[in-house]
Amino acid sequence: MSMVLPPFSLKNGRGENISFPSTKATLTCVVKEDCPTCREVMPLLVAFGHAFGADLDLHILSQTEAGIGVLEDAYSPPFSMLDDASLKVSFASDIDTVPTLFYSDVQGRPLTTLVGFVRDEWQQLAAELADKMGQTAAIDWEVLPQWRPGCGSLSVDPAIADRLRAQSQNSPLRARRIEIGSQDDEFEFMFDQGFSDGLPLVPPTPERVLRMLAGSSRDPQEVLALMPPNMGEVTVEKVAINAVMAGCKPEYMPVINTIVQAICTDAYNIHGVMATTMGASPVVVVNGPIREQIGMNMKLGALGQGNRANATIGRAVRLLIRNVGGAQPGGTERSTLGNPMKFTMCFAEWEERNPWSPLHVDRGFAAEDSVVSVFTMTSGPSLIVDQDSRTGSGLAGTMGLCLESAFNPKAHYATDCLLVVVPEHVDTFVRDNYSKSDIRRRIQEVTARPIKALVADEISGTGIKASVAAAMSAEALEKRLPKFRSDDDIHIVVAGADAGKFSGAFHGWATGEIGSMPVSRKIEEL
Amino acid sequence: MTILLDPTNERVPVARSIAPRPAAITGSVGFLDISKPRGNVLINRLETLLAQRLPQVTFNRYAKPTFTKPAPDALRRQINAENDFVIEALAD
Repeated sequence: MSMVLPPFSLKNGRGENISFPSTKATLTCVVKEDCPTCREVMPLLVAFGHAFGADLDLHILSQTEAGIGVLEDAYSPPFSMLDDASLKVSFASDIDTVPTLFYSDVQGRPLTTLVGFVRDEWQQLAAELADKMGQTAAIDWEVLPQWRPGCGSLSVDPAIADRLRAQSQNSPLRARRIEIGSQDDEFEFMFDQGFSDGLPLVPPTPERVLRMLAGSSRDPQEVLALMPPNMGEVTVEKVAINAVMAGCKPEYMPVINTIVQAICTDAYNIHGVMATTMGASPVVVVNGPIREQIGMNMKLGALGQGNRANATIGRAVRLLIRNVGGAQPGGTERSTLGNPMKFTMCFAEWEERNPWSPLHVDRGFAAEDSVVSVFTMTSGPSLIVDQDSRTGSGLAGTMGLCLESAFNPKAHYATDCLLVVVPEHVDTFVRDNYSKSDIRRRIQEVTARPIKALVADEISGTGIKASVAAAMSAEALEKRLPKFRSDDDIHIVVAGADAGKFSGAFHGWATGEIGSMPVSRKIEEL
Repeated sequence: MTILLDPTNERVPVARSIAPRPAAITGSVGFLDISKPRGNVLINRLETLLAQRLPQVTFNRYAKPTFTKPAPDALRRQINAENDFVIEALAD
């Protein structure tokens, strides 16, 4: 260890800038107010100040801002103490211990360095200074202890040192560094720490995280959102760390950042989505040029495995919810069954195969915008098998009958859905000139049931309570309710392989202000 | 040594699992003095007492270069390789 005092300019308690070195020899001592040894040496420093102050600069650096007032009140030094609460000078001088005293010549070169308090050393220095200056410091050395160990410098406090090191190296990384012993397995370690969704993670080393950060134009310390349930600050750096673990490429960063902002809104309500026993999960649809730029899958197997962007973007979001938000199964995540979408569920819309307007345009964005849309879904994709319908009304009718099972067949006005129409089904609709509105209207039409058919009965005990139905008029009981409260609760996108008449439907959760509403957000940093 | 960046919100310290506790003390016991003043006094006394109770056990002594920093890798590896147990004298 080589402790050398660097040149500095610090403010004193009176707000004046004091620089080192100056044109005089200097005594510089670093102290903190809660260290007993520092308090032991303060009267000595005061005595040095009175005896040698005319010929010597005396700088006492406090490692906390509060310490200046506390120590000046207690010891009335004949000089104002300096503020090193940023610990920059303490860190740069590489001290471990307070008090550490540097005696430097007029050029700032170190002559003597004293660590802690060893009486003989301090007495020798006092004698040396007395010889040079022709004054003697008024100190009764005999009443002082032989030695006192110092206290740990705040600049080596493990909670602070990493940040100081990063700042001194101009590194953008501020996250806590975890050292894994050379005999430990980092993969097992990450499981033990609870970082994982159950699958192996890529170790987030500083080198990998720096590479990941290169994918975002944002400041690494920008706070994108506060994420419930623990209201953890999601910085771009934390996104990058979790993206590394999930297996992402740097170019996915703008997508993940935007998803984080979308789910951490009151409208989306990620807290409720995670906490519900129903087992809801975010489902992310990506639109716009970014799909091609990062190689997302929107065709064969779009909702399944095999594509890195689809798989790891969704996984990174889930890891952020787990690690930064703090939602963990058995903690605030209380899903009764869970569902595989909780690992990841993210795909792109095949806009070029969509004869209608794509999802993001429906939701108010320009066609050339890249946009993420987040939905909350409890199950899916539930397959809609129809290889026979040759008309739009027939096919949309099948879709409606399949959607009838969302929650349970008697649950009307309860949820929303995300319909993923495959190309062969798209072609059937196109031949019949069937629009998205036609599909929605037809689904509502074929699912409409009189209220009396939605009452709990001997076949199924769920539904409208018999006592409630008994209080209704015959006319009211005949009123027909479609499956969804509004046509707008039927969200439609196009994806999937060219071959196969198997569309899919995701079933929603509590829709609207009591639960979660879909949120779309433009990816701004492209 | 591998360094990982913490993916969490850093509100709780990193938890590390502890090794299984053996039923009996056998083999070698290492004493690690972190180099705070009088750590050796404590360790001398402990070694005397333990040697009386555990005559079959051998004792090894180690010291960190400075109490303010973690033990160097090489020292950690050495202690791990040469001992079944370690007793560390903390603070003063």
